[in-house]
Amino acid sequence: MAANPAPTSAAYDVERVRRDFPILNTTVNGHPLVYLDSAASSQRPLQVLRAVEDYETHSHANVHRGVHALSQAATAAYEGARERVRRFINAGSTREIIFTRGTTEAINLVAQAWARNRLGPGDEILITALEHHANIVPWQMVCEQTGCTLKVAPINRRGELEFDAFAKLLGPRTRLVAVAHVSNALGTILPVERIIAAAHAAGALVLIDGAQAIPHARVDVRALGADFYTFSGHKLYGPTGIGVLYGREELLTAMPPWQGGGDMILTVSFEKTTYNALPWKFEAGTPNMSGAVGLAAAMDYVETLGIEAIAAHETHLLELATAALTRIPGIELIGTAAHKAAVLSFTMQGVHAHDLGTILDSQGVAVRTGHHCAMPVMTFFGVPATARASFGCYNTEGEVAALVSALGKAREVFG
Amino acid sequence: MDLKDLYRDVILDHNRQPRNFGHLDTPDGRADGHNPLCGDQLSVFVRLAGERLEDIRFEGKGCAISTASASLMTEAVKGKDRAAIRDLFERVHTLLTRADAPPDMTLGKLAALSGVREFPARVKCASLCWHTLNAALEHGSATISTE
Repeated sequence: MAANPAPTSAAYDVERVRRDFPILNTTVNGHPLVYLDSAASSQRPLQVLRAVEDYETHSHANVHRGVHALSQAATAAYEGARERVRRFINAGSTREIIFTRGTTEAINLVAQAWARNRLGPGDEILITALEHHANIVPWQMVCEQTGCTLKVAPINRRGELEFDAFAKLLGPRTRLVAVAHVSNALGTILPVERIIAAAHAAGALVLIDGAQAIPHARVDVRALGADFYTFSGHKLYGPTGIGVLYGREELLTAMPPWQGGGDMILTVSFEKTTYNALPWKFEAGTPNMSGAVGLAAAMDYVETLGIEAIAAHETHLLELATAALTRIPGIELIGTAAHKAAVLSFTMQGVHAHDLGTILDSQGVAVRTGHHCAMPVMTFFGVPATARASFGCYNTEGEVAALVSALGKAREVFG
Repeated sequence: MDLKDLYRDVILDHNRQPRNFGHLDTPDGRADGHNPLCGDQLSVFVRLAGERLEDIRFEGKGCAISTASASLMTEAVKGKDRAAIRDLFERVHTLLTRADAPPDMTLGKLAALSGVREFPARVKCASLCWHTLNAALEHGSATISTE
Protein backbone atom coordinates (compact mmCIF):
# COMPACT_ATOMS: atom_id res chain seq x y z
CA MET A 1 0.00 0.00 0.00
CA ALA A 2 0.88 3.63 -0.25
CA ALA A 3 2.67 3.62 3.08
CA ASN A 4 5.43 1.43 1.71
CA PRO A 5 8.27 2.99 -0.27
CA ALA A 6 7.90 1.99 -3.91
CA PRO A 7 10.62 -0.19 -5.38
CA THR A 8 11.27 0.70 -9.01
CA SER A 9 8.56 -0.76 -11.19
CA ALA A 10 11.28 -2.00 -13.54
CA ALA A 11 12.22 -4.60 -10.93
CA TYR A 12 8.70 -6.04 -11.08
CA ASP A 13 8.30 -8.23 -14.16
CA VAL A 14 4.57 -8.11 -14.75
CA GLU A 15 4.76 -10.04 -18.03
CA ARG A 16 6.35 -12.90 -16.19
CA VAL A 17 3.65 -12.74 -13.52
CA ARG A 18 0.96 -12.84 -16.23
CA ARG A 19 2.34 -16.13 -17.57
CA ASP A 20 1.29 -17.71 -14.27
CA PHE A 21 -2.37 -16.80 -14.92
CA PRO A 22 -3.61 -18.67 -18.01
CA ILE A 23 -7.11 -17.15 -17.75
CA LEU A 24 -5.62 -13.78 -18.68
CA ASN A 25 -5.20 -15.12 -22.25
CA THR A 26 -8.99 -15.22 -22.62
CA THR A 27 -10.55 -13.27 -25.47
CA VAL A 28 -13.75 -11.39 -24.58
CA ASN A 29 -15.97 -10.09 -27.37
CA GLY A 30 -13.04 -10.14 -29.77
CA HIS A 31 -10.75 -8.24 -27.44
CA PRO A 32 -8.03 -9.50 -25.10
CA LEU A 33 -9.44 -9.73 -21.57
CA VAL A 34 -8.56 -6.75 -19.40
CA TYR A 35 -9.40 -8.02 -15.92
CA LEU A 36 -9.96 -5.09 -13.59
CA ASP A 37 -12.19 -6.82 -11.06
CA SER A 38 -9.73 -8.36 -8.62
CA ALA A 39 -11.40 -6.63 -5.67
CA ALA A 40 -14.44 -8.82 -6.35
CA SER A 41 -12.36 -11.95 -6.90
CA SER A 42 -8.78 -12.29 -8.05
CA GLN A 43 -7.64 -14.88 -10.58
CA ARG A 44 -5.55 -17.88 -9.51
CA PRO A 45 -2.03 -18.63 -10.69
CA LEU A 46 -0.94 -22.04 -11.98
CA GLN A 47 0.89 -22.58 -8.69
CA VAL A 48 -2.45 -22.53 -6.85
CA LEU A 49 -4.31 -24.57 -9.47
CA ARG A 50 -1.56 -27.20 -9.39
CA ALA A 51 -1.43 -27.37 -5.60
CA VAL A 52 -5.17 -28.04 -5.51
CA GLU A 53 -4.91 -30.60 -8.30
CA ASP A 54 -1.98 -32.27 -6.58
CA TYR A 55 -3.92 -32.52 -3.33
CA GLU A 56 -6.99 -33.93 -5.09
CA THR A 57 -4.89 -36.33 -7.16
CA HIS A 58 -2.60 -37.68 -4.48
CA SER A 59 -3.65 -36.76 -0.94
CA HIS A 60 -7.40 -36.58 -0.53
CA ALA A 61 -9.30 -38.37 2.23
CA ASN A 62 -11.13 -37.02 5.25
CA VAL A 63 -9.02 -35.25 7.86
CA HIS A 64 -8.53 -36.04 11.55
CA ARG A 65 -10.35 -39.35 11.19
CA GLY A 66 -8.45 -42.29 9.79
CA VAL A 67 -5.22 -44.04 10.56
CA HIS A 68 -4.85 -44.86 6.90
CA ALA A 69 -2.19 -43.23 4.77
CA LEU A 70 -4.39 -40.89 2.74
CA SER A 71 -6.21 -39.56 5.80
CA GLN A 72 -2.86 -38.79 7.35
CA ALA A 73 -1.68 -37.12 4.15
CA ALA A 74 -4.85 -35.01 3.99
CA THR A 75 -4.52 -34.05 7.65
CA ALA A 76 -0.90 -33.09 7.14
CA ALA A 77 -1.81 -30.97 4.11
CA TYR A 78 -4.70 -29.27 5.90
CA GLU A 79 -2.83 -28.58 9.11
CA GLY A 80 0.22 -27.57 7.12
CA ALA A 81 -1.93 -24.97 5.41
CA ARG A 82 -2.99 -23.66 8.80
CA GLU A 83 0.66 -23.23 9.79
CA ARG A 84 1.24 -21.41 6.47
CA VAL A 85 -1.57 -19.00 7.28
CA ARG A 86 -0.18 -18.46 10.79
CA ARG A 87 3.18 -17.44 9.36
CA PHE A 88 1.57 -15.23 6.70
CA ILE A 89 -0.17 -13.04 9.28
CA ASN A 90 2.35 -13.69 12.07
CA ALA A 91 -0.15 -15.10 14.53
CA GLY A 92 1.28 -16.57 17.74
CA SER A 93 -0.23 -20.01 17.31
CA THR A 94 -2.17 -22.18 14.87
CA ARG A 95 -4.80 -22.40 17.62
CA GLU A 96 -5.68 -18.86 16.62
CA ILE A 97 -6.32 -19.71 12.95
CA ILE A 98 -9.88 -20.85 12.23
CA PHE A 99 -10.69 -21.85 8.68
CA THR A 100 -14.06 -20.53 7.47
CA ARG A 101 -15.85 -20.27 4.12
CA GLY A 102 -14.68 -16.70 3.82
CA THR A 103 -14.68 -13.29 5.47
CA THR A 104 -18.48 -13.25 5.74
CA GLU A 105 -18.58 -16.49 7.69
CA ALA A 106 -15.67 -15.38 9.89
CA ILE A 107 -17.53 -12.19 10.88
CA ASN A 108 -20.74 -14.12 11.49
CA LEU A 109 -18.82 -16.54 13.69
CA VAL A 110 -17.64 -13.71 15.94
CA ALA A 111 -21.11 -12.14 15.90
CA GLN A 112 -22.80 -15.35 17.03
CA ALA A 113 -20.15 -16.98 19.23
CA TRP A 114 -18.79 -13.84 20.88
CA ALA A 115 -21.18 -10.88 20.59
CA ARG A 116 -24.46 -12.74 20.94
CA ASN A 117 -23.33 -14.36 24.19
CA ARG A 118 -21.87 -11.27 25.77
CA LEU A 119 -23.83 -8.21 24.70
CA GLY A 120 -27.16 -6.90 25.88
CA PRO A 121 -29.22 -3.73 26.12
CA GLY A 122 -27.00 -0.70 26.71
CA ASP A 123 -24.00 -2.26 24.96
CA GLU A 124 -22.79 -0.78 21.68
CA ILE A 125 -21.08 -2.08 18.55
CA LEU A 126 -19.29 0.61 16.55
CA ILE A 127 -18.74 0.32 12.79
CA THR A 128 -18.02 2.92 10.10
CA ALA A 129 -20.09 4.33 7.25
CA LEU A 130 -17.95 2.63 4.61
CA GLU A 131 -18.44 -0.99 5.62
CA HIS A 132 -19.33 -3.83 3.27
CA HIS A 133 -22.73 -5.39 4.00
CA ALA A 134 -20.87 -8.36 5.53
CA ASN A 135 -19.63 -6.06 8.30
CA ILE A 136 -23.04 -4.44 8.86
CA VAL A 137 -25.74 -7.11 8.68
CA PRO A 138 -24.23 -9.66 11.13
CA TRP A 139 -24.11 -6.90 13.78
CA GLN A 140 -27.67 -5.80 13.02
CA MET A 141 -28.71 -9.40 13.61
CA VAL A 142 -26.86 -9.42 16.95
CA CYS A 143 -28.59 -6.16 17.91
CA GLU A 144 -31.97 -7.79 17.20
CA GLN A 145 -30.98 -10.86 19.20
CA THR A 146 -29.52 -9.11 22.24
CA GLY A 147 -30.95 -5.60 22.36
CA CYS A 148 -27.53 -3.98 21.93
CA THR A 149 -27.10 -0.91 19.69
CA LEU A 150 -25.22 -0.36 16.43
CA LYS A 151 -23.34 2.93 16.09
CA VAL A 152 -21.91 4.20 12.82
CA ALA A 153 -18.88 6.50 12.59
CA PRO A 154 -19.14 8.97 9.68
CA ILE A 155 -16.92 9.42 6.61
CA ASN A 156 -16.10 12.62 4.72
CA ARG A 157 -16.60 13.42 1.02
CA ARG A 158 -13.23 11.92 0.16
CA GLY A 159 -14.36 8.65 1.67
CA GLU A 160 -12.10 8.87 4.72
CA LEU A 161 -13.12 8.01 8.26
CA GLU A 162 -13.81 11.11 10.37
CA PHE A 163 -11.48 10.00 13.11
CA ASP A 164 -12.49 12.59 15.70
CA ALA A 165 -16.16 11.72 15.29
CA PHE A 166 -15.21 8.05 15.53
CA ALA A 167 -13.30 8.68 18.75
CA LYS A 168 -16.26 10.59 20.21
CA LEU A 169 -18.53 7.61 19.57
CA LEU A 170 -16.21 5.39 21.61
CA GLY A 171 -17.25 5.12 25.22
CA PRO A 172 -17.71 2.79 28.15
CA ARG A 173 -20.72 1.21 26.40
CA THR A 174 -18.66 0.33 23.32
CA ARG A 175 -17.92 -3.37 23.51
CA LEU A 176 -16.76 -4.03 19.97
CA VAL A 177 -15.36 -1.96 17.11
CA ALA A 178 -15.72 -3.67 13.72
CA VAL A 179 -14.06 -1.90 10.78
CA ALA A 180 -12.73 -2.59 7.32
CA HIS A 181 -8.97 -2.40 6.86
CA VAL A 182 -9.57 -1.26 3.26
CA SER A 183 -12.93 -0.16 1.81
CA ASN A 184 -14.06 -2.37 -1.05
CA ALA A 185 -16.20 0.33 -2.65
CA LEU A 186 -13.82 3.29 -2.27
CA GLY A 187 -10.33 1.86 -1.79
CA THR A 188 -9.79 3.92 1.39
CA ILE A 189 -7.12 2.48 3.70
CA LEU A 190 -8.33 2.97 7.24
CA PRO A 191 -5.93 3.96 10.06
CA VAL A 192 -6.43 0.63 11.82
CA GLU A 193 -3.48 1.13 14.18
CA ARG A 194 -5.04 4.33 15.56
CA ILE A 195 -8.50 2.73 15.60
CA ILE A 196 -7.25 -0.25 17.59
CA ALA A 197 -5.35 1.93 20.06
CA ALA A 198 -8.37 4.17 20.65
CA ALA A 199 -10.78 1.23 20.94
CA HIS A 200 -8.55 -0.63 23.38
CA ALA A 201 -8.14 2.53 25.46
CA ALA A 202 -11.94 2.63 25.70
CA GLY A 203 -12.02 -1.03 26.72
CA ALA A 204 -13.53 -2.33 23.47
CA LEU A 205 -12.41 -5.27 21.37
CA VAL A 206 -11.63 -4.79 17.66
CA LEU A 207 -12.54 -6.92 14.66
CA ILE A 208 -10.88 -6.01 11.36
CA ASP A 209 -12.49 -6.97 8.05
CA GLY A 210 -9.30 -7.55 6.11
CA ALA A 211 -10.82 -8.94 2.90
CA GLN A 212 -9.57 -6.05 0.76
CA ALA A 213 -6.33 -5.45 2.65
CA ILE A 214 -4.78 -8.90 2.65
CA PRO A 215 -3.83 -8.89 -1.08
CA HIS A 216 -2.22 -5.45 -0.87
CA ALA A 217 -0.46 -5.15 2.49
CA ARG A 218 1.66 -7.14 4.88
CA VAL A 219 -0.64 -7.92 7.77
CA ASP A 220 0.98 -8.71 11.12
CA VAL A 221 -1.85 -9.40 13.53
CA ARG A 222 0.39 -9.27 16.57
CA ALA A 223 1.97 -5.94 15.62
CA LEU A 224 -1.51 -4.57 14.88
CA GLY A 225 -2.92 -5.87 18.14
CA ALA A 226 -6.22 -6.82 16.48
CA ASP A 227 -8.47 -9.04 18.57
CA PHE A 228 -10.07 -10.57 15.48
CA TYR A 229 -8.87 -10.34 11.87
CA THR A 230 -10.84 -11.84 8.97
CA PHE A 231 -10.11 -12.43 5.28
CA SER A 232 -10.96 -14.55 2.25
CA GLY A 233 -8.77 -16.76 0.07
CA HIS A 234 -10.26 -15.77 -3.26
CA LYS A 235 -9.17 -12.15 -3.04
CA LEU A 236 -5.59 -13.30 -2.39
CA TYR A 237 -5.21 -15.36 -5.60
CA GLY A 238 -6.52 -18.44 -3.77
CA PRO A 239 -9.69 -20.52 -4.14
CA THR A 240 -13.23 -19.53 -3.22
CA GLY A 241 -14.94 -21.13 -0.23
CA ILE A 242 -11.96 -20.75 2.10
CA GLY A 243 -11.28 -17.90 4.48
CA VAL A 244 -9.75 -17.24 7.85
CA LEU A 245 -10.75 -15.98 11.24
CA TYR A 246 -7.79 -15.01 13.34
CA GLY A 247 -8.72 -14.51 16.98
CA ARG A 248 -6.60 -14.03 20.08
CA GLU A 249 -6.36 -17.36 21.81
CA GLU A 250 -7.79 -16.27 25.17
CA LEU A 251 -10.86 -14.85 23.41
CA LEU A 252 -11.42 -17.94 21.28
CA THR A 253 -10.93 -20.20 24.29
CA ALA A 254 -13.64 -18.39 26.22
CA MET A 255 -16.10 -18.49 23.31
CA PRO A 256 -18.59 -21.36 22.99
CA PRO A 257 -18.70 -23.26 19.71
CA TRP A 258 -20.82 -21.76 16.94
CA GLN A 259 -21.90 -24.79 14.94
CA GLY A 260 -22.13 -28.31 16.28
CA GLY A 261 -21.19 -31.49 14.49
CA GLY A 262 -18.28 -33.74 13.71
CA ASP A 263 -14.67 -32.67 14.22
CA MET A 264 -15.59 -30.03 16.83
CA ILE A 265 -16.12 -32.56 19.63
CA LEU A 266 -13.96 -34.72 21.89
CA THR A 267 -16.66 -37.01 23.22
CA VAL A 268 -20.37 -37.26 22.57
CA SER A 269 -22.98 -39.05 24.64
CA PHE A 270 -26.68 -38.29 24.87
CA GLU A 271 -26.07 -36.86 28.33
CA LYS A 272 -23.04 -34.68 27.65
CA THR A 273 -20.75 -33.62 24.85
CA THR A 274 -17.29 -32.21 25.38
CA TYR A 275 -15.82 -29.89 22.79
CA ASN A 276 -12.60 -30.17 20.92
CA ALA A 277 -9.66 -27.84 21.53
CA LEU A 278 -8.83 -24.82 19.41
CA PRO A 279 -8.94 -24.35 16.49
CA TRP A 280 -11.14 -27.36 15.71
CA LYS A 281 -13.82 -26.29 18.21
CA PHE A 282 -14.96 -23.83 15.54
CA GLU A 283 -14.67 -26.14 12.54
CA ALA A 284 -17.72 -28.40 12.65
CA GLY A 285 -18.05 -30.85 9.79
CA THR A 286 -15.60 -31.87 7.09
CA PRO A 287 -13.66 -28.74 6.19
CA ASN A 288 -12.58 -27.40 2.80
CA MET A 289 -9.21 -29.16 2.65
CA SER A 290 -8.37 -28.44 -0.98
CA GLY A 291 -9.34 -24.82 -0.41
CA ALA A 292 -6.94 -24.56 2.51
CA VAL A 293 -4.17 -26.15 0.44
CA GLY A 294 -4.89 -23.68 -2.38
CA LEU A 295 -4.84 -20.76 0.04
CA ALA A 296 -1.47 -21.87 1.40
CA ALA A 297 -0.13 -22.07 -2.16
CA ALA A 298 -1.49 -18.58 -2.85
CA MET A 299 0.38 -17.28 0.20
CA ASP A 300 3.58 -18.93 -1.07
CA TYR A 301 2.98 -17.29 -4.43
CA VAL A 302 2.39 -13.83 -2.99
CA GLU A 303 5.48 -14.08 -0.81
CA THR A 304 7.56 -15.16 -3.80
CA LEU A 305 6.52 -12.02 -5.67
CA GLY A 306 6.78 -9.99 -2.46
CA ILE A 307 3.70 -8.25 -1.10
CA GLU A 308 5.52 -4.91 -0.99
CA ALA A 309 6.51 -5.28 -4.65
CA ILE A 310 2.91 -6.16 -5.59
CA ALA A 311 1.62 -3.18 -3.61
CA ALA A 312 4.10 -0.82 -5.24
CA HIS A 313 3.14 -2.07 -8.69
CA GLU A 314 -0.57 -1.63 -7.96
CA THR A 315 -0.03 1.81 -6.46
CA HIS A 316 1.77 2.82 -9.65
CA LEU A 317 -1.21 1.62 -11.74
CA LEU A 318 -3.67 3.35 -9.40
CA GLU A 319 -1.81 6.65 -9.74
CA LEU A 320 -1.65 6.27 -13.52
CA ALA A 321 -5.36 5.43 -13.78
CA THR A 322 -6.38 8.18 -11.36
CA ALA A 323 -4.49 10.76 -13.39
CA ALA A 324 -5.92 9.45 -16.67
CA LEU A 325 -9.53 9.32 -15.49
CA THR A 326 -9.28 12.76 -13.92
CA ARG A 327 -8.54 14.13 -17.41
CA ILE A 328 -11.70 12.61 -18.94
CA PRO A 329 -14.59 15.12 -18.94
CA GLY A 330 -17.67 13.86 -17.11
CA ILE A 331 -15.85 11.28 -15.01
CA GLU A 332 -16.22 11.69 -11.29
CA LEU A 333 -14.05 9.65 -8.95
CA ILE A 334 -15.95 8.33 -5.93
CA GLY A 335 -13.46 7.85 -3.11
CA THR A 336 -10.44 10.14 -3.20
CA ALA A 337 -8.83 9.35 0.14
CA ALA A 338 -5.21 10.31 0.68
CA HIS A 339 -4.38 6.68 1.43
CA LYS A 340 -5.91 4.22 -1.00
CA ALA A 341 -5.46 0.66 -2.17
CA ALA A 342 -5.77 -0.25 -5.84
CA VAL A 343 -9.48 0.48 -6.24
CA LEU A 344 -10.93 3.18 -8.48
CA SER A 345 -14.67 3.80 -8.19
CA PHE A 346 -16.21 6.30 -10.61
CA THR A 347 -19.28 7.52 -12.43
CA MET A 348 -19.61 8.98 -15.93
CA GLN A 349 -22.04 11.84 -16.42
CA GLY A 350 -25.05 10.81 -18.51
CA VAL A 351 -24.09 7.14 -18.53
CA HIS A 352 -25.48 4.83 -15.85
CA ALA A 353 -22.88 2.52 -14.29
CA HIS A 354 -24.74 -0.49 -15.64
CA ASP A 355 -24.51 0.78 -19.23
CA LEU A 356 -20.88 1.62 -18.63
CA GLY A 357 -20.25 -1.97 -17.50
CA THR A 358 -21.81 -3.38 -20.67
CA ILE A 359 -19.87 -1.04 -22.95
CA LEU A 360 -16.56 -1.74 -21.21
CA ASP A 361 -17.29 -5.47 -21.44
CA SER A 362 -17.88 -5.13 -25.19
CA GLN A 363 -14.28 -3.88 -25.32
CA GLY A 364 -13.02 -6.79 -23.20
CA VAL A 365 -12.66 -4.69 -20.04
CA ALA A 366 -14.10 -6.37 -16.92
CA VAL A 367 -15.06 -3.95 -14.13
CA ARG A 368 -17.57 -4.27 -11.33
CA THR A 369 -20.69 -2.13 -11.59
CA GLY A 370 -23.37 -1.70 -8.95
CA HIS A 371 -23.46 -0.88 -5.28
CA HIS A 372 -20.54 -3.16 -4.36
CA CYS A 373 -22.43 -4.61 -1.39
CA ALA A 374 -22.07 -1.20 0.24
CA MET A 375 -25.43 0.45 -0.33
CA PRO A 376 -24.99 2.97 2.52
CA VAL A 377 -21.80 4.20 0.78
CA MET A 378 -23.75 4.74 -2.47
CA THR A 379 -26.45 6.61 -0.55
CA PHE A 380 -23.82 8.80 1.11
CA PHE A 381 -22.39 9.85 -2.25
CA GLY A 382 -25.87 10.20 -3.78
CA VAL A 383 -25.29 7.71 -6.61
CA PRO A 384 -27.28 4.56 -7.35
CA ALA A 385 -24.18 2.70 -8.44
CA THR A 386 -20.60 3.18 -9.56
CA ALA A 387 -18.21 1.43 -11.88
CA ARG A 388 -15.17 0.09 -10.07
CA ALA A 389 -11.83 -0.81 -11.59
CA SER A 390 -9.51 -2.67 -9.24
CA PHE A 391 -5.95 -3.77 -9.85
CA GLY A 392 -4.04 -6.91 -8.96
CA CYS A 393 -0.50 -8.21 -9.28
CA TYR A 394 -1.02 -9.05 -12.98
CA ASN A 395 -2.41 -5.79 -14.35
CA THR A 396 -0.39 -3.60 -16.69
CA GLU A 397 -0.03 0.00 -17.81
CA GLY A 398 -1.44 -1.13 -21.16
CA GLU A 399 -4.60 -2.25 -19.39
CA VAL A 400 -5.01 1.19 -17.83
CA ALA A 401 -4.82 2.56 -21.38
CA ALA A 402 -7.43 -0.01 -22.50
CA LEU A 403 -9.76 1.17 -19.74
CA VAL A 404 -9.35 4.78 -20.82
CA SER A 405 -9.99 3.87 -24.45
CA ALA A 406 -13.10 1.83 -23.53
CA LEU A 407 -14.42 4.82 -21.58
CA GLY A 408 -13.98 6.83 -24.78
CA LYS A 409 -16.17 4.24 -26.51
CA ALA A 410 -18.87 4.80 -23.87
CA ARG A 411 -18.80 8.53 -24.55
CA GLU A 412 -19.00 7.81 -28.28
CA VAL A 413 -22.11 5.61 -27.83
CA PHE A 414 -23.91 7.97 -25.47
CA GLY A 415 -22.73 11.20 -27.04
CA MET B 1 -22.02 -8.72 -29.87
CA ASP B 2 -22.53 -5.31 -31.31
CA LEU B 3 -23.13 -2.34 -29.05
CA LYS B 4 -25.12 -0.65 -31.81
CA ASP B 5 -27.69 -3.47 -31.55
CA LEU B 6 -28.20 -2.64 -27.89
CA TYR B 7 -27.89 1.12 -27.87
CA ARG B 8 -29.98 1.96 -30.93
CA ASP B 9 -30.84 5.58 -31.61
CA VAL B 10 -34.43 5.05 -30.41
CA ILE B 11 -33.12 3.73 -27.08
CA LEU B 12 -30.65 6.56 -26.63
CA ASP B 13 -33.34 9.10 -27.51
CA HIS B 14 -35.85 7.69 -25.03
CA ASN B 15 -33.15 7.52 -22.36
CA ARG B 16 -32.24 11.15 -22.88
CA GLN B 17 -35.84 12.34 -23.12
CA PRO B 18 -38.14 9.80 -21.49
CA ARG B 19 -41.80 10.17 -22.52
CA ASN B 20 -44.62 10.20 -19.95
CA PHE B 21 -42.06 10.81 -17.22
CA GLY B 22 -43.48 11.94 -13.87
CA HIS B 23 -46.35 10.86 -11.67
CA LEU B 24 -50.16 10.94 -11.61
CA ASP B 25 -51.72 12.73 -8.63
CA THR B 26 -54.65 10.36 -8.15
CA PRO B 27 -53.75 7.11 -9.88
CA ASP B 28 -56.02 4.09 -9.91
CA GLY B 29 -52.95 1.93 -9.52
CA ARG B 30 -49.28 2.35 -8.72
CA ALA B 31 -46.42 -0.07 -8.29
CA ASP B 32 -42.73 0.23 -7.49
CA GLY B 33 -40.12 -1.90 -9.23
CA HIS B 34 -36.60 -2.52 -7.98
CA ASN B 35 -33.60 -4.27 -9.42
CA PRO B 36 -31.31 -4.71 -6.42
CA LEU B 37 -28.42 -5.91 -8.59
CA CYS B 38 -27.89 -2.55 -10.26
CA GLY B 39 -30.00 -0.23 -8.14
CA ASP B 40 -32.63 0.50 -10.82
CA GLN B 41 -35.81 1.83 -9.24
CA LEU B 42 -38.98 2.91 -10.98
CA SER B 43 -42.60 3.63 -10.16
CA VAL B 44 -45.47 3.20 -12.60
CA PHE B 45 -48.78 5.12 -12.20
CA VAL B 46 -51.93 4.17 -14.11
CA ARG B 47 -55.38 5.72 -14.59
CA LEU B 48 -58.11 3.46 -15.89
CA ALA B 49 -61.42 4.05 -17.63
CA GLY B 50 -63.09 0.68 -17.23
CA GLU B 51 -60.77 -1.84 -18.87
CA ARG B 52 -58.95 0.85 -20.81
CA LEU B 53 -55.64 2.38 -19.66
CA GLU B 54 -56.43 6.03 -19.99
CA ASP B 55 -53.16 7.48 -18.74
CA ILE B 56 -49.77 6.25 -17.56
CA ARG B 57 -46.65 7.86 -16.12
CA PHE B 58 -43.41 6.52 -14.74
CA GLU B 59 -40.57 7.94 -12.71
CA GLY B 60 -37.39 6.65 -11.20
CA LYS B 61 -33.68 6.16 -11.78
CA GLY B 62 -32.11 3.53 -13.91
CA CYS B 63 -29.78 2.61 -16.71
CA ALA B 64 -30.46 3.56 -20.33
CA ILE B 65 -32.11 0.23 -21.10
CA SER B 66 -34.51 0.37 -18.18
CA THR B 67 -35.38 4.05 -18.72
CA ALA B 68 -35.88 3.69 -22.49
CA SER B 69 -37.84 0.49 -22.09
CA ALA B 70 -40.20 2.18 -19.61
CA SER B 71 -40.60 5.20 -21.86
CA LEU B 72 -41.33 3.06 -24.93
CA MET B 73 -43.74 0.97 -22.89
CA THR B 74 -45.81 3.96 -21.77
CA GLU B 75 -46.20 5.09 -25.37
CA ALA B 76 -47.17 1.61 -26.51
CA VAL B 77 -49.77 0.83 -23.84
CA LYS B 78 -51.54 4.16 -23.42
CA GLY B 79 -55.14 3.88 -24.64
CA LYS B 80 -55.08 0.07 -24.84
CA ASP B 81 -57.30 -2.22 -22.79
CA ARG B 82 -55.98 -4.74 -20.28
CA ALA B 83 -56.23 -7.72 -22.62
CA ALA B 84 -54.26 -5.96 -25.34
CA ILE B 85 -51.61 -4.91 -22.78
CA ARG B 86 -51.28 -8.50 -21.53
CA ASP B 87 -50.85 -9.66 -25.11
CA LEU B 88 -48.21 -6.99 -25.74
CA PHE B 89 -46.37 -7.97 -22.53
CA GLU B 90 -46.17 -11.57 -23.80
CA ARG B 91 -44.79 -10.49 -27.14
CA VAL B 92 -42.21 -8.14 -25.57
CA HIS B 93 -41.14 -10.95 -23.26
CA THR B 94 -40.62 -13.20 -26.26
CA LEU B 95 -38.68 -10.45 -28.00
CA LEU B 96 -36.38 -10.02 -24.98
CA THR B 97 -35.70 -13.65 -24.23
CA ARG B 98 -36.10 -15.83 -27.35
CA ALA B 99 -33.14 -15.69 -29.69
CA ASP B 100 -35.11 -17.66 -32.32
CA ALA B 101 -38.19 -15.43 -32.20
CA PRO B 102 -39.26 -14.35 -35.70
CA PRO B 103 -39.47 -10.59 -36.21
CA ASP B 104 -42.75 -9.29 -34.80
CA MET B 105 -43.83 -6.51 -37.15
CA THR B 106 -46.63 -5.39 -34.84
CA LEU B 107 -44.30 -4.21 -32.07
CA GLY B 108 -43.42 -0.92 -33.69
CA LYS B 109 -40.80 1.08 -31.80
CA LEU B 110 -40.64 -1.59 -29.07
CA ALA B 111 -38.76 -3.73 -31.58
CA ALA B 112 -35.75 -1.50 -30.86
CA LEU B 113 -35.32 -3.59 -27.68
CA SER B 114 -34.53 -6.75 -29.64
CA GLY B 115 -30.78 -6.22 -29.16
CA VAL B 116 -31.17 -6.77 -25.41
CA ARG B 117 -31.45 -10.55 -25.82
CA GLU B 118 -27.81 -10.69 -26.90
CA PHE B 119 -26.92 -9.29 -23.46
CA PRO B 120 -28.45 -11.71 -20.93
CA ALA B 121 -27.29 -9.62 -17.98
CA ARG B 122 -29.48 -6.78 -19.23
CA VAL B 123 -32.80 -8.53 -19.90
CA LYS B 124 -34.02 -7.69 -16.40
CA CYS B 125 -33.32 -4.01 -17.03
CA ALA B 126 -35.72 -4.03 -19.98
CA SER B 127 -38.42 -6.16 -18.38
CA LEU B 128 -38.57 -4.43 -14.97
CA CYS B 129 -41.04 -1.76 -16.17
CA TRP B 130 -43.37 -4.37 -17.67
CA HIS B 131 -43.51 -6.40 -14.47
CA THR B 132 -44.13 -3.18 -12.55
CA LEU B 133 -46.95 -2.14 -14.89
CA ASN B 134 -48.44 -5.60 -14.53
CA ALA B 135 -48.41 -5.22 -10.73
CA ALA B 136 -50.01 -1.77 -10.95
CA LEU B 137 -52.78 -3.11 -13.19
CA GLU B 138 -53.39 -6.36 -11.34
CA HIS B 139 -53.04 -5.36 -7.73
CA GLY B 140 -53.61 -1.64 -7.63
CA SER B 141 -50.42 -1.18 -5.63
CA ALA B 142 -47.42 -3.37 -5.06
CA THR B 143 -43.65 -3.52 -4.87
CA ILE B 144 -41.89 -5.95 -7.13
CA SER B 145 -38.28 -6.97 -7.42
CA THR B 146 -36.30 -8.62 -10.19
CA GLU B 147 -34.67 -10.92 -7.64
